[in-house]
Amino acid sequence: MSPLSARGVRKRYRDTQALDGLDLEVTAGTVHALLGPNGAGKSTAVNVFATLTRPDAGEVRVGGHDAVRHPARVRSTIGLVGQSAALDEALHGRENLVMFGRLHGLAKPDAVRRAGELLDAFGLAEPGDRKVSGYSGGMRRRLDIAAGLVTRPQLLFLDEPTTGLDPRARHEVWEMVRQVVADGTTVLLTTQYLDEADQLADTVTVLGAGRVIAEGTPSALKSDLGGDRVIVTATGPDDLARMAGVLGSAAVVTSDRLEVTVEAGAAGGGAAVVEVVRALDSAGIKVDDLLLRRPTLDEVFLHLTAESAHLDADLGRVGSS
Amino acid sequence: MTTVLATIRQSWVITWRDLKHWQREPWGPVFGILFAVMMLLIFGYLFGGAIEMPGGGAYLPYLLPGVLALTMMFGIDGTMAVVTEDTKRGVTNRFRSLPMSGLAVPLGRAVADLGNSAVQLGVLMLGGLLIGWRIEGSFLEAAVAVGLLLWLRLAMLWLGIFLGLTLRLEGALTMVQVLVWPLGFCSSLFVSPETMPGWLGFLAAWNPVSATATACRDLFGNPTGITSGMLADHAMLLAVAWPAVLLAVFVPLSVRAFRRLG
Repeated sequence: MSPLSARGVRKRYRDTQALDGLDLEVTAGTVHALLGPNGAGKSTAVNVFATLTRPDAGEVRVGGHDAVRHPARVRSTIGLVGQSAALDEALHGRENLVMFGRLHGLAKPDAVRRAGELLDAFGLAEPGDRKVSGYSGGMRRRLDIAAGLVTRPQLLFLDEPTTGLDPRARHEVWEMVRQVVADGTTVLLTTQYLDEADQLADTVTVLGAGRVIAEGTPSALKSDLGGDRVIVTATGPDDLARMAGVLGSAAVVTSDRLEVTVEAGAAGGGAAVVEVVRALDSAGIKVDDLLLRRPTLDEVFLHLTAESAHLDADLGRVGSS
Repeated sequence: MTTVLATIRQSWVITWRDLKHWQREPWGPVFGILFAVMMLLIFGYLFGGAIEMPGGGAYLPYLLPGVLALTMMFGIDGTMAVVTEDTKRGVTNRFRSLPMSGLAVPLGRAVADLGNSAVQLGVLMLGGLLIGWRIEGSFLEAAVAVGLLLWLRLAMLWLGIFLGLTLRLEGALTMVQVLVWPLGFCSSLFVSPETMPGWLGFLAAWNPVSATATACRDLFGNPTGITSGMLADHAMLLAVAWPAVLLAVFVPLSVRAFRRLG
């Protein structure tokens, strides 16, 4: 049974169509990332899936339960970790976990035992008996995620879990997410960090304006955008201009970084490097640096959202004529 | 599944949490009590000498039940502040994502706040006794008066929960904190409505807190400052009915608002 399946979900807030016919299918035991800029509808989607927000239209089934008709059943199978750390600042870390466990219906001894397990598992045993108000951002976030895990949910929602964290804390949270998935929980996470989706997700759904604009594995999305690219750095502005001339019209010049980017053709990255080096060598142009790389998820994202913007513009024209 | 028993248990967890707050961060409630004592002293000593009671009589016995009722009414913004903070932090949303009764969170909050208010009342009444206020009525009458005050607080508390859940504007809390002043003063709490211009006196008499204050004055055996009219005849009935009406409106609205927050 699919942990989450959504079809044609729509939600409107006054003058914004937050979700505009969203379809989503999450596979059990995987990390599924919803990727998109602010306002793409990521948080609204999570709130609808977690029964906090009632959709205007569409069907949402979580763990086989209809989220609109049986929200209570859905709530007992999910864990929600929202955008801000939803913790009680005056309570100790352990007390927070015990409280959420008891509200989930655990008896007190069970809630205490589970809180201890979670604190141990995520390296929070030591600060567990201090007030949350003294925690660092990373500790707070990890405790917050642990609070979403008190009843071993089948599906855990993580809404932008690393927003505002420093790189070290981010890696700790990533480690924690991997651990959670290894324990058998399915994770749906939203993020605007493309490397985060790249690091964690088995499947990425790119959202724009409340709709799915692309979906696939991180590497499939990357290859959608085209092949490798060769980036050559010139030693100075004069060389840069000459380079651009030699490498032909397909070369893209980034003057402020003294870079020329050439997309590799069907022959692949290696052949492209040889070709570029040969051309530059026979023209006698010195090179500061040369790099072969795959497109980043950032590029995929910009590419896809730009495509979707064109589509919107086209639709707009059709609609107004 | 949410049964009555589960709701009670969940509410108790929320109450425990709120009580824990006062243990860890007692300054809020302590300041609340100091504030009420300050009001008592300001009106008792600063303004009290200049205030004449219709039909004579001392001001302090008239004033004290008024300060007690005002303290109950000012509970609105205290409750609202905590609810707003929980919503802002996302704690409310986490509660909403749990398989628990929509009633449990506000109910737990209500029990904790009532406990806090009972302590406030105790301190204020002791303070009043120290500066010369006397309970002339029987013990039973005094107990009923305290009951009426807590009944008013319960209604104000649910109003606060409702406002905290629904007013999402930045600064809504400040607005309410300012508005409770004219609402509190346009009443029989500090001066008798009979000394006010007719229309204002009419409004003041209809203020729910006036009913509670007047009924408490009666029960404590203190001067009511009221010689005729609706309050003189029906203070007790109104002191029971007003909070009941407010509760009948704001309990269901709050539970609905809690569920519909998203």
